[in-house]
Amino acid sequence: MSEETTSSEDDITAIETPVYLTYNFTAGEATTRFLHQVRKGKVMGQRCPGCGNVYAPARGSCAACGLPTSEEVELGNKATVQSFTIVWIPIPNNPIQPPYIVANLVPDGANISFIHLMSECDNDSVHIGQRVEAVWKPEEEWDYAMDNIRYFRPLDEPDVPIEMIGKVPLSGWEGKA
Amino acid sequence: MQYAAVTGIGQTQYKARRGDVSIAGLVHEAAQNALDDAGLGWDAIEAVIIGKAPDMFEGVIMPEVYLADALGCSGKPMLRVHTAGSVGGSTALVAASHVQSGTFRRVLTVTFEKQSESNAMWALSNPQPFSPHLNAGAGGYFAPIMREYMRRSGAPWDTGIKVAVKDRLHGSRNPLNHLQMPEITMQEVEESPMLWDPIRFLESCPSSDGACAMVIADEGLAKEGPKAPVWIRGGAMRSEPTMYAGRDEVNPQAGRDCAADVYAQAGIDDPRKQLDCAEVYVPFSWYEPMWLENLGFAEEGEGWKLTMDGATSLDEGGDIPWNCSGGVLCSNPIGASGMIRFAEAARQVRGDAGAHQVVGARTALGHAYGGGAQFYAMWVVSVDK
Ligand SMILES: [Zn+2]
Repeated sequence: MSEETTSSEDDITAIETPVYLTYNFTAGEATTRFLHQVRKGKVMGQRCPGCGNVYAPARGSCAACGLPTSEEVELGNKATVQSFTIVWIPIPNNPIQPPYIVANLVPDGANISFIHLMSECDNDSVHIGQRVEAVWKPEEEWDYAMDNIRYFRPLDEPDVPIEMIGKVPLSGWEGKA
Repeated sequence: MQYAAVTGIGQTQYKARRGDVSIAGLVHEAAQNALDDAGLGWDAIEAVIIGKAPDMFEGVIMPEVYLADALGCSGKPMLRVHTAGSVGGSTALVAASHVQSGTFRRVLTVTFEKQSESNAMWALSNPQPFSPHLNAGAGGYFAPIMREYMRRSGAPWDTGIKVAVKDRLHGSRNPLNHLQMPEITMQEVEESPMLWDPIRFLESCPSSDGACAMVIADEGLAKEGPKAPVWIRGGAMRSEPTMYAGRDEVNPQAGRDCAADVYAQAGIDDPRKQLDCAEVYVPFSWYEPMWLENLGFAEEGEGWKLTMDGATSLDEGGDIPWNCSGGVLCSNPIGASGMIRFAEAARQVRGDAGAHQVVGARTALGHAYGGGAQFYAMWVVSVDK
């Protein structure tokens, strides 16, 4: 490229041309079952017949054992903070205003975390092992989506000790060993 | 298995935006530099192995098809590799295996990313109904894992800041880098905006344009080159599912297994002692202490001590310098970033790493990881066969 054609800052050298791709999400058997339940306000897990661990949201198999997870297990509305981040970065078109908490949460009765929003909390006091509960949207807004849960908020319950995170049963946690 | 060696290394200048070249121009530049370095013309190449991160980034689907001409490989075999952010490393290993197996005697391998023409945040955040759409990006995914590392190890809060400074000081010795920050201080990093707590702006990698290429040849051809061959003493890849109950995201099994495999091939049982330096994929500062443990340079929970003691710093005369090139924290053309680690390891043992050379380096590790920390690629290269 010769010197004359080298772009200066005033030249237009690129433009944004957004391309949209809309597609139908094919849920598959396991996710279909999960989404039908979440539509009714229930979070369901699936138990692995090999290791006994409960997955939520289940994708139909246990990746550790390579087995299908067919047994359905209802999970609690409460969960434990496994870890979290406070998101400060402003992202264009993001409806959620920073700073906000994105947490890895293990619902009671499950053995794996999912990611969800935490709110109604003091960001500086959120911590690993903290107990939280789901706050659902009004029933008339429920759809086939995890967004039916608006966010999780802190509960006034004792923290779960580190070694128990991911092992809290459906019956919950009140500081029991 | 045939011996395989790196005989040519070519990189581009890394920048926020390489407005002077198209994607084709970018990969051609790296490839031409690698051929020049190997003292070869395009005809000397039998096949091209190419890699990049997800096609959704630039929105060009199967770009290898359109890049064949720019890489002089019309009518020649070409293979595309795809393992997310680790792809630069995997691509080099796939290229090496084509020589080690005797399929080809000499191949060109190239990886690239043009982040200025891309929207990685969008490409990585397509909505799924079984997960809320939180727009947290890669940093949002990795930050909780770093927080868990901090809790487990009890590492000082400023360990990440130290890595951010150390890699930028290393990087200021390397003129190819996108970020040039020779005056950076701990205070400057600490005061930079928090993005995804505990990750600050200056503890994160930049978004870069760039490409990296290597020529890999068998023993007979390698010895004909103008420069000393860099022998590939071991190469390994591993992957693990992102979601399984009991997964250790801080110290992933696949990374430990991959390291054990590559060390066994290269006859290494004490990496800190037997390797002279390492180029390791550290896109967020806290991944240095985490990978020091995962790769066996330190016991579990002790990686941060090497960082804080200066063991990984060239400027502090550390015994095992990590990322002398400046690493991913100084330049991050995602698809190429892993290959840059592999290529920089090769430059070190060849003794032509310029101002960031580790004096007397003979054996080095190149490392890459990708996706939700589920893909790993590593090689050990040496001046000794
Ligand atoms: Zn299982």
